Parts: sequence; C-alpha cells; structure tokens
Amino acid sequence: GIKVRKGKTQLTVDVKRFVKKLENISDDEAQEILEENYVAALGICAQDPVENGSSVSGSEVYSFQTPKCSSKMAELASELAQTPGRSVAPECPEKTAKTPQSSSNFLWAEIAWKCNLILLFVCQRAVLRRYMFLLMRIFSLPLQSKKKEFVSTTPYRLRKRLAAPDPYLESESEYSASCSEEEDEEDQREDSTVLSGQKTPAKTKAASMPPPRTTLPKKVKEDKMSNLVEEYFEAHSSSKVLTSDRTLQKLRKRRLSQRTLHDLLKKAPLAYAAEIKELNQQHESLFSKWMLQLHLGFNIVLYGLGSKRDLLEKFRTSVLQDTVHLVVNGYFPSMTARSILNSITEEVLDHIGTFRSPLDQLEFIIKRFKEDSSLELYVLIHNLDSQMLRGERSQQILAQLSSLPSIYLIASIDHINAPLMWDQAKLSLYNWLWYETTTFSPYVEETSYENSLLVQQSGSLALSSLTHVLRSLTLNARGIFRLLAQYQLENKDNPSYPGLPFQDFYQQCREAFLVNSDLTLRAQLTEFRDHKLIRTKRGADGVEYLLIPVDDSTLTDFLEKEDEDV
Amino acid sequence: FREGNNDSEDTDLRFVICQSLWKQVKSETEQIQEDLNKQLFDNLVSFLRRSHSEFQEKTTKWTCWMKSREIPTAALVLGVNVTDHDLTFRSLSEVLQNSITPYIALLEAKDCPGIKNLMQKLMGQLMNCSIDVNSLEDEDYLQVSQNRIRCSMTSLINWYESVTKKTDSETPSKKRTSSPRQWQSPPVVVIFKDMESFTTKVLQDFIVISSQHIHELPLVLIFGIATSPMIIHSLLPHSVSSLLCIELFQSLSCKDHLSTIIDKLLLTAQFPFKLGEKVLQVLINLFLYHDFSVQNFIKGFQLCIVEHFYSQPLSVLCCQLVDAKKKVNYFSHNQCENIRRLPSFRRYVESQASEKQIALLTVDDFLKETTQKLLEDLHVYHENYVSVLRCLHVLTSSLPKYPLGKQIRELHCACLENQVWETEEYESSLQLARMLNKSDLVTMLQRCVEIFVSSSGKEFGKTVEKLKEFLTQFQKLEAEAFQEQDVSVSSQKELQKTTDLYHLQKTLLELKESRRSKKLSKFEMLRSEVVDYIDSLVRSYLVPADHKTLHEVVYFNTASVLREHLNAAPRIALHTALNNPYCYLKNRALKSDGGSISNKAPDICIVYKLHLECGRLINLVDWLEAFSTVVMAAEGSNADGASSDQVDDIIHARFIRAVSELELLGFIKPSKQKTDHVARLTWGGC
Repeated sequence: GIKVRKGKTQLTVDVKRFVKKLENISDDEAQEILEENYVAALGICAQDPVENGSSVSGSEVYSFQTPKCSSKMAELASELAQTPGRSVAPECPEKTAKTPQSSSNFLWAEIAWKCNLILLFVCQRAVLRRYMFLLMRIFSLPLQSKKKEFVSTTPYRLRKRLAAPDPYLESESEYSASCSEEEDEEDQREDSTVLSGQKTPAKTKAASMPPPRTTLPKKVKEDKMSNLVEEYFEAHSSSKVLTSDRTLQKLRKRRLSQRTLHDLLKKAPLAYAAEIKELNQQHESLFSKWMLQLHLGFNIVLYGLGSKRDLLEKFRTSVLQDTVHLVVNGYFPSMTARSILNSITEEVLDHIGTFRSPLDQLEFIIKRFKEDSSLELYVLIHNLDSQMLRGERSQQILAQLSSLPSIYLIASIDHINAPLMWDQAKLSLYNWLWYETTTFSPYVEETSYENSLLVQQSGSLALSSLTHVLRSLTLNARGIFRLLAQYQLENKDNPSYPGLPFQDFYQQCREAFLVNSDLTLRAQLTEFRDHKLIRTKRGADGVEYLLIPVDDSTLTDFLEKEDEDV
Repeated sequence: FREGNNDSEDTDLRFVICQSLWKQVKSETEQIQEDLNKQLFDNLVSFLRRSHSEFQEKTTKWTCWMKSREIPTAALVLGVNVTDHDLTFRSLSEVLQNSITPYIALLEAKDCPGIKNLMQKLMGQLMNCSIDVNSLEDEDYLQVSQNRIRCSMTSLINWYESVTKKTDSETPSKKRTSSPRQWQSPPVVVIFKDMESFTTKVLQDFIVISSQHIHELPLVLIFGIATSPMIIHSLLPHSVSSLLCIELFQSLSCKDHLSTIIDKLLLTAQFPFKLGEKVLQVLINLFLYHDFSVQNFIKGFQLCIVEHFYSQPLSVLCCQLVDAKKKVNYFSHNQCENIRRLPSFRRYVESQASEKQIALLTVDDFLKETTQKLLEDLHVYHENYVSVLRCLHVLTSSLPKYPLGKQIRELHCACLENQVWETEEYESSLQLARMLNKSDLVTMLQRCVEIFVSSSGKEFGKTVEKLKEFLTQFQKLEAEAFQEQDVSVSSQKELQKTTDLYHLQKTLLELKESRRSKKLSKFEMLRSEVVDYIDSLVRSYLVPADHKTLHEVVYFNTASVLREHLNAAPRIALHTALNNPYCYLKNRALKSDGGSISNKAPDICIVYKLHLECGRLINLVDWLEAFSTVVMAAEGSNADGASSDQVDDIIHARFIRAVSELELLGFIKPSKQKTDHVARLTWGGC
C-alpha cells in the first residue's frame, strides 16, 4: 500500500517542482519544454515516478523499500527542497558519514550539480540516459554494500534517503528530456510490468493505471484511506519502533533556553505577514456580529490553525472597552476552573469569603446573576481546551456558567480533539456558535508555558526557591545541605547513582561537626523534605538514600552562589 | 447592537422585528411543548395521586405495600435526546407543584457522586421549597441551613413531620383551601433526572434506605430514562428493584415532536419568516443524524432568523403584510435600490414590457407600488401553498412505499427544491394514486375539503366546490352501483330460473363483461379526473419559492452559514490549513496542485508534512535535519554564506517553535520510550 502512496506523493511533488521551475528558469526554451512536461505529467498523472529508462536502480530501490515508512520524512524533505541537487548535497554525506566522509561529499555535490545542469539544459534524451547510467555507476559502489546491511538490520533512514533521490533525479530529468507522450507511456508500461512482478495484482493496478486527472482526487483519497489504516496497524503492530538512535546531544548543539529562543524567533521574519494580516482583518469584520450573537444567548467558540489570542485581544480592546469582562488565559499552567470562579466572585461580584466547593461557588454566582439582571459579564477564554481546563468537571462548571443569559462567553480552542470534551448535555449548555478563524499566527504565548522537549529548562525557579528556603535555615542546616549537594555533584557522571545512604551522610555530617546525633540530622532532614528539597527512597537492601531532585546544572549554580555568599 | 452593519438606516427596526418574531416563535414552541406533554403529565399526576391516596387512607393495599416496603415509582421513558429533558422536567415539576405537592426534589447524577451528597442535595431542595411555599420566617431558614449539615433520613422524616404538622395545626394553608384535594400529608416526590448516569451503588443505597422509612415518609420516585425501561433491572439487582413498584410512562417521541414543530412553525402563514430548502435540510439532518434534539432544532431556527435579519437589508419587510406595505411607502431611495438589486426582482423586470421596465428601474413610486403588489402576491402564495401542500400530503402519504416521503416535511422540501411535478417521484405517486380504491379516495377527498375549508385562502371556494362535487359524484356512483347490484341480483334471480347450462354461462359472461366495461370505467374516469384536478392544483400552487419575486425578503437560504456555525468541523479546518495553506493565505508562492505543499509554506506546515511520513515515534534530530534541509533550500543560495551558524540557530529556533505548536495542537506528545523522540498521535486524514 505504501508504495502506491509513495508514488502519488512523488508525482505531486514532481508536478509541483515543475511549477517551481517554471517560475525560476529564465531560459525560454527550457521553460517551454518544461511546460510541456508539466502538461504531460498532469495528463498521465499517476505516472510512476520510479520509472526510469535506465532501469538499473529503479527496481532495485523499490525492492528495498521496507514497509516502515520511517524514511519517508527524510525523503520528503529532500523532495521538498527545491532543487534536487541541493537536497542531496548537504545531508547525505553527513549521514553516510560514518566512513567515507569528505571524498564522497565532494563526489556527491558534484553529481548533484551536474544533474541540475542536465536538467536545465540538456534536452537530448539519449545523451541524458547515457549520462545517468554513468552517474549510477559512480555511486552505486558505496551504495550496494550498504543496502544489504540495510535489509538485515534496522533500516537506517539515511540510507534510504540516499537511495531515494536518485530515481527522482533520473525520472525527472527524463521528463524534461522526453517530449513525446508516447514514450512516456511506453516507459510506464515497462515499469508497471516491473512492478507487477513484485506486488500483489491489486496494488499494481492502482499504481499502474493512470486515472484521468479529473477523477484523481477521489481515487487518491480511497487509496489513502486504506493506506492510512494499514499504516496505523503497521506502526503499532510491533512494539519495537524503528528509528535512528541519534540524539540531540550528539548534535553538538546546546539546548536553547526560553529566552534565547524568543530572541532568535524575533529575528526570524514572520512569513506571509501581509496575508496573515488580511486574514485577521477578515475575522475582525465579524466583531459586531459576534456581539449581537452573544447578546442573543449564543456563545462563540473560535477554531482553526494559528493563535487566536491576538484576535480575541483585539476584540476585547475594540468592542468590550466599557464593559465588565474577564480574560482567562487557559494556556497558563496553573489556571483552573476554580480560579476562574474565584475571580468572578471576588472581582466581579465583590464577594469576600470562601466556598466549600466549586459547586457552591457556582450556585452563588448563578444566584447573583439571576437576581441582578443588570449584571453583565463577558468572559474571554484563550484555549478552553488547555490541560487544566479540559477536565470533565471544569468543563461542566464552565458550561453551566456560560448558560447564564447574562454571561457571554467567547473562547478559542486549538487541540484537534477539543470537541470531544463536550457531550450533548454540555453542548446544549454552551450553546456554541462555531467560527473558523484560521490566523496562521504563531502561538507565542501559548507555547511559552509548554515544557517543550527542545527548550532547556532554565531552572531559575528551582534555584531561587532553593536559596530562599536555605536562607531561612540555620548555618548548620545549610552546611548539611551543602554536603549532600556536593556529594551528588561528585557522582553526577554515574547514571545509576541512587543517592547518599543515610548512614554515610550521618558520618560525614559528624565529621564536619554539623550534627551531634542521629536524631538531629533526622529532624533536619524532615525539614528539608517538607520543603521538597530532598527526596528519600529506600534501596533494595533497606538502606535509606537521600537525593536532591534538582538537575545538576542548577545545583552547580546554587553551590557557586552559596560560595559567593560565604 | 448592530453598529458595524453596512447600512445602518433601519437596523434598529430590523432588530426589533427580529426580536419580536423570535419571541413569538419561542412562545409558540413552548406552547407546543406544553401541549405535547400534557397527556404524559396528566397520567403522571393521576399516578401520584393514586399512590398517595392509598398512603392517606391506610387502605389494606397500602399496609401490604408497607409490609413489603415498596416505593411507588414512575419510570419515565423520554428518549435519547437528553438535552431536551431538562425542559420537560422543569415543566413537570411545575405541574406537580401546582397540583399535588410542594415537596419536589430534582436530582441530577452529576451532583450526586455519593449517597451523602445525594441526601444533602435532596434535603436542601426539599426544605428550600417548603420554605417557599409556606413562607416561613428567617429563623426557620437558619435552622434549616444548620440542619443541612447532618443529613440523614431521620432528620428528613422529622422535618417532614414538623412541616406537615405545621400545615395541619397552624394554618389550614392557602394551598389546601385552594386545591380541591384535602390531603393531610402531600407526598414527597424525588425526581432522578438521568437515571442511567447515577452510580448504581448510590441508587441502591438510597432505595434501600428510603424503603425502610416508607411508612413514615410518603416517598414517590420518578426516574427519567433515556434508553429503555429494561435499564432499571440491569442497573439494580433484584433485591433492590423488588422494593420498587414501577409504573411505566412513555413520552412522545422526539420525531413526532419535531414534525409538530415544523407543522406549526413553518407550514403556517402566521410567521412571515420562512426557511429555504437547503437550510431546512441542514437543520433536519442535524436533528436526525446528530442529536435528536428539538431544542437544537429551535436553536438553529433562531440562528436562521438572526442571520436573515442581519444579512438581508430588505428583511424589514419580513413582517405581517399590512405592516410591510406601510413600510414600503416610507422606503428611501437606497432601499429601493436594494430591491432592484434582488435577483428575483431583476428576473421579474426582465419579463415585463420595456416601458414598464424603465419605470420600474427609475421611478421609485412605481417601484413601491409594484413591490406592494408583489408582497401581497407572495403572501397569498404562502397561504395557498400550505393548503395545497397538505392536500398533496394527504394524497401521497397513503400511497404504498411513500414515493414522496412519509412526513410532510419531506414533501415540503421536495416542493421547495424544484418544481415538484417534474420529479420522477411525483410521477410515480400520481400513477399510484390512479390506482387507489374508492373508499380511500373518498376519505382523502373529504380530508382535502376539510383542509381547504379551514384554510384562510380566498381562492379556495371554487376548489372546495369542485371537490365536493367530486364527492357527490362518488356518492352517486355508489348509489348507481347499488342499483346495479340490485339489477344484477335480480338478473341472478332470473338466472336461477333458467336451468339451461348453456344460457347460464352466456348470461354470466355478459354480466361480467358489462360490469367491467361500464361500471368500473365510470369510477375510473372519475378517479382520474380527481387526480388530474389535484395535479393541476399542485402545478398552479406549489411553485417553488425561489421562482417567486421578492422571495429573498422572507426566505433564508444560506445553508452554508448555518452548517458552519452549528456543525463545524474544527479538525478539517486544521488539516486544510496545515496541508494546503494556500486556502487561507492567498499567496501565489503557496499555490500547489494535488495536495502537496511547497517549501515556502509556513514552518508549521512543513513540520507537519514531514511528521506525516513518520511512524509511531519520531526522532527529533532527523526531523530537525529534514526541516532544515527544506528551509535552507527555500531560502536559496544566499543563506550558506559566512553567517551559516547564525542561520542555523534561527532555523533551530523556528523548528522548536513549530514542534511545540504541533504539540499544542495535539499531533505529537513527548515520549519516554527513547531519548529525544516524540510520539505521533494522529492517524488518518482528518
């Protein structure tokens, strides 16, 4: 199934690439040819991109395709990269990297560059074919050996990446060279016979039968459907996942902190600013309509790609200027339904006092709003589907809140599964009107709280809490903690470091004249534990181990700071 | 509220009309709801009375109940449209409050996670409502709220005794004097709104506990059931369900409810506002395929009204005919231009003579006059339309296989969509109608006559006459047939006289022949005449609304808006935005064929596209590299200069942003299975 799909993507990529070239190439002649090819490609459409006159590598590469689609990404990347030459050049050498680094690098670059040239200027099919043949020879040597390995062991996607581009190069250059459709078709037939030797008949049918342009989308969709199902089960069938073992650490690149990330992003220009602005203007024209509908008892939910925060902010500043409104930043990690209720009772209703449960609080609010019909409140919730608010209970509370006639709710959702939060009862309480507001603007605020994998945890919070707590303690207590921290740092290279055994720690503390008895140390440790400065756990042998649950860099920082103070 | 509207001349007016219309519609629907529930409520009330009176009189049956500790229970089967139940229960409790007992508690599953919460809630509601009725002083209220803290069945009983005693001794209360039923102790009704979602444990406990106290506290339970009555037995074990004495009540199905609503809202001339075919179809589909909720249907209707008045400047005219005519007189030039811009009006103008065309397009006064006339036409058309539609419905709904649909709404849709007499279904239904037997045809005609007589249209006098004439003809036919029967009987008598076998055969054949050719043909002729007549009625009156001039004034036809707002597809929106950013960002560089995206697309689209090619886990490093390849290529050759390190950082940052955005959108999540890997969460296209 995957092969079929792959064929399709390649095709589309081809087509697209042709368009690209149309724009780029100034040479009139070449343009004409390309245009023809473009049309031809459109007409035949499902033409197998794998097809190549010098069918040396076509079938070879095909047979190497494992059902795993893990390599697809890389493939696609290289496809997406506009010129084939460029796509191959920068990354393949690096990947094959383990052995012949520099030499193959040059070779590759050269080949790629030549391909590019050929693509643009050479129109003679025969010449081209010969050239390609040559080309294949040149790098089939290092390839061959790898490929075998590739089948037997885990598929290393780079190899595939290496293998994948060349048929494209060929097929594409062939397209540009061959102007007659007949030839193309012939090739295609050839190719389909090759294919049918390998695949089940049904699949080849899908692959080799070129559907006319008009019916293509539907067919593709069907194919895609079945493919996706298969893909899913393939991906989940084996517990072992085949991906490369590379980690970010090997990339020799430090993790960016939140701040540097922010700065860097500021430097990067926002793509398509004008279009995005236009989109936003479109949405802004709806403001008065929103107001009307809010007042008629509907609530409004915004969906679509892109941050809707700015849009809502604009709505707030332009329309809700003189009204009582509450803005809830749902993406904030500690935002709960309770805090929303609290801010309503305390700031809107000026009620001082606490409630036993959120339900009581809700009841109180409902009562107040029902009593006083002049009371109106606009609630704007950014990210109604955030981690904290998506729970059943908070949604229930918010839904009940929003069903009040004098509370107007306007919210935004981003998560793809956000609508699953609501059952029929909640939906009827919310009384939503859906508005699609795709803005394409980056989620700057929303993602800044997300503990992203790639962003380095600055740990500044942990550090400040450490210093604060310790500053309030006695000198001895600080000494005890220092001892523990130092010991932990000494062992930081040991990945299976369990912590400091209690007895050893006691010994050390005694030697440093920090404690005089087992009990005082324990009392001290209890205090640490209460502030969550340390964690204790019992090992397999019943020994108590002590550990500071802070990462090493923070700990180092802390110790340095302490040293300065002392 | 309509500031931003493009022409503000009569927005206020429109808003007022819109509001008043909506109010009308709302009250109408509520009325309908009430009427529909009346039967059910009456039954329930009588049930409650019965169960209660037995408690009161201490009859033998009650004592026997007491022995077995059975609680009288009503199981109310309401159907799956849970959202509508709220309204039903509210009106139910109102009805009960007025007629039977002040002590009603409405319990919902979400309030009662445990038996303690349930009791708390129950006591709170009961005591509060008793206070409302008896209007006790504040100190009592305080007492009650103190009591609320420790809730148990005994305190409930104490409360109940005190309350009933109070009403007995102190005040022969208003309620008792006003109500004809002289009851010492009204029953306590506990309504479980959504029985299925209660925890079984809580329900069981409550039932067992309260059955212990049933002789002290006249408790009646009402279960609201969405699925089937069998659920009681599957939820509760036998030992518990045997404590209940269940009687079943079935509410009206929501489909019937909907058809009544459509009947009353759309198929009347009472409301000037109409729904177009597509819109109605969308609403009905939402109802049938999504929620079965009449509430939502009405909500959709409301949205239609609002949209219509918001978007159509000429909707000022969407009110009663007299008002509309008056308003036309005061039209400004601008509004006249609006009328001229209507496509249906243009069509009308084109069909007129040339000098009239000029007059219509230039002279405002003449335009106003014509508009008034046209509005009247439209009004008359509606009146006639409804009656003829009903008539046709009577005819077609009795046909086998229902070629034009069983429900009148289907017929309505078909008629609105296009000229109904051109459809195949109509052909076949007429064919079938030509084969109806006499009694059916006669009853049908009678009903048609009723419809036409009751309708307000003036033109139907003749129609009624004609139909009546048909009826009399049928009767005559019957009489004739009767006579002939006589004749044949007499001839048969004659036959009996003749003993000759040959003669007998001959006469029999003759008889048969004559009967077939003569009598049946008469009936057939008449029948086909009737059908033809109805056909002609249909052709003249059931013209689809968008063939009418000025239909835009009263018909709301933009179904897409409705679908977008009520039945949105956020996932699809996200996917299209990611897959094909050109849809939203109309930039030529993004334009592509066949669903692929170019390398110039926004970062998140590229990252998304790349992640689609991966398996269950994605290696971040590979991902990053692939991303940078694409982006570098997009940026072209100028990037790989001396500042490559700098660029790399920026790309890295962009990648981080895109990935965390994907994470926010729920496409990936961090995975602990392998270092620096993320897990992919979505599969499939949308």
